[in-house]
Amino acid sequence: MSFLIDSSIVITSQILFFGFGWLFFMRQLFKDYEVRQYAVQVIFSVTFAFSCTMFELIIFEILGVLNSSSRYFHWKMNLCVILLILIFMVPFYIGYFVVSNIRLLHKQRLPISCLLWLTFMYFFWKLGDPFPILSPKHGILSIEQLISRVGVIGVTLMALLSGFGAVNCPYTYMSYFLRNVTDTDILALERRLLQTMDVIISKKKRMAMARRTMFQRGEVHNKPSGFWGILKSVTTSAPGSEMPDLTLIQQEVDALEELSRQLFLETADLYATKERIEYSKTFKGKYFNFLGYFFSIYCVWKIFMATINIVFDRVGKTDPVTRGIEITVNYLGIQFDVKFWSQHISFILVGIIIVTSIRGLLITLTKFFYAISSSKSSNVIVLLLAQIMIGLIFRACTLSPPYC
Amino acid sequence: MASLDRVKVLVLGDSGVGKSSLVHLLCQNQVLGNPSWTVGCSVDVRVHDYKEGTPEEKTYYIELWDVGGSVGSASSVKSTRAVFYNSVNGIILVHDLTNKKSSQNLYRWSMEALNRDLVLTRVLVTNGDYDREQFADNQMPLLVIGTKLDQIHETKRHEVLTRTAFLAEDFNAEEINLDCTNPRYLAAGSSNAVKISRFFDKVIEKRYFLRDSNQIPGFPDRKRFGGTLKSLHYD
Repeated sequence: MSFLIDSSIVITSQILFFGFGWLFFMRQLFKDYEVRQYAVQVIFSVTFAFSCTMFELIIFEILGVLNSSSRYFHWKMNLCVILLILIFMVPFYIGYFVVSNIRLLHKQRLPISCLLWLTFMYFFWKLGDPFPILSPKHGILSIEQLISRVGVIGVTLMALLSGFGAVNCPYTYMSYFLRNVTDTDILALERRLLQTMDVIISKKKRMAMARRTMFQRGEVHNKPSGFWGILKSVTTSAPGSEMPDLTLIQQEVDALEELSRQLFLETADLYATKERIEYSKTFKGKYFNFLGYFFSIYCVWKIFMATINIVFDRVGKTDPVTRGIEITVNYLGIQFDVKFWSQHISFILVGIIIVTSIRGLLITLTKFFYAISSSKSSNVIVLLLAQIMIGLIFRACTLSPPYC
Repeated sequence: MASLDRVKVLVLGDSGVGKSSLVHLLCQNQVLGNPSWTVGCSVDVRVHDYKEGTPEEKTYYIELWDVGGSVGSASSVKSTRAVFYNSVNGIILVHDLTNKKSSQNLYRWSMEALNRDLVLTRVLVTNGDYDREQFADNQMPLLVIGTKLDQIHETKRHEVLTRTAFLAEDFNAEEINLDCTNPRYLAAGSSNAVKISRFFDKVIEKRYFLRDSNQIPGFPDRKRFGGTLKSLHYD
């Protein structure tokens, strides 16, 4: 009986998370695109729902809510479903969408995506070789094999991302790195850009006029094909003399267009820097600037400590919270029950970390998605993001809560 | 050769709808073999005979400025794009018939391009939302082109075409639906080619023959007076 009640609670929360993931997808990620493949949206929401349920189960575990056997059952079920989606469905769909974007291979979409999926499985399996995972009592196709591989990838990815975030974060926050950009700089660049466009236009006008006169004279513009064609175009003089001109001008135009693209990107960069300068003058900007300094010092200290730990082969014995409480108890003379409080404070900290990391994850996901997606690749990118961010990172977090 | 007069026409639309293919088709009468993303702006030139077939025939250069990007770009990219919107004489709005969002985004695109010009002529807009009234008074010639017609299945064609007809009506513009990989849609003498020709003629007329903007032939008088008064919002 209690199993049914527990199950219904967990399933209701799962449905809630599913709805939230669906809404997030519709409103935030796909604001500018049209959802044509509902499979993508469903997979994204399902992954999100199951990952959040795992977090929820951990919290229930710590708090002691719900019957432990039903918790165990749901945990196992969640694990199975997530592994199924992560390893079987999402890579297959990613391969499928990537292949369907390439025009040439449109007919043989299915076999090629199966092939890609098999390659993925092979590399995935090979990943576990350097690590001592295979043991006689587990067997080849057990869940432990898959979990351990996913855990390896997840922890590595998390480390990479946090490393990147640790360096990128102060860089974007601190105003020390901002170049000084004035309005005159921007205007000068814009003028150069427009001048380049004018030169391109005048060359294109010449080409268009040349093409038109050739067309009116009844000639057809043939590219010289084959050996005799090239000889012919070299030897015949007046009618063919338009052609070398055109190719020369076309080359100049290509070079100028490349220049205009560079100028455009530079101007956009200057505008972005100018906005950052404006932002850094506000209160929020100053606060983030201070945080940036703080984080950079903290990062440097951490790197230093980690190097020492590795070089001198030390192992950290107690976690920071307990150490902090010990220090307060010993040096400040405040008396309170260490064990009781340390567990609760750790739990609260873990909860805060989980919530902020979910929020931070969604925000980063959105920013990243806006930056790199387009109407063709949006499906692929969403699936990739679902795979990497939610699946693997959440898994790493649940495998080792103290480290996330 | 370069001494002919010129007009500037913007080609706007979401990324991936086929603007570059369209511009290539219009200017070089050939299908674009390898479309790639447009960074910034790419220009092409078409030589157009104004009032072809009449004694007043005159040749003009029409510059088609194909501006890349999406409506949801960062504001720094939008500010950079704004430099291309100066002194525009006409706008071609391109949308993808298979993608409804691209049609809806056309409103935002036109706001982005027209607001720029409106600010210059000292007509302020009170809010950033789309205001249908504006397009009733809009003086800039617009043309709405829907691409990827071949990818719409026969059964859905009617529904899609009615939707786009409403869209074009909102903009007070003509509309054309075609497939940029097939030059026969713009073959000389077809109705599409006639519409495009008419559009370019209108753009040239507005630029060179109608100096005073209140003298557009064919506009009913009451719209003219009501229009100019309504468009002066002071914030």
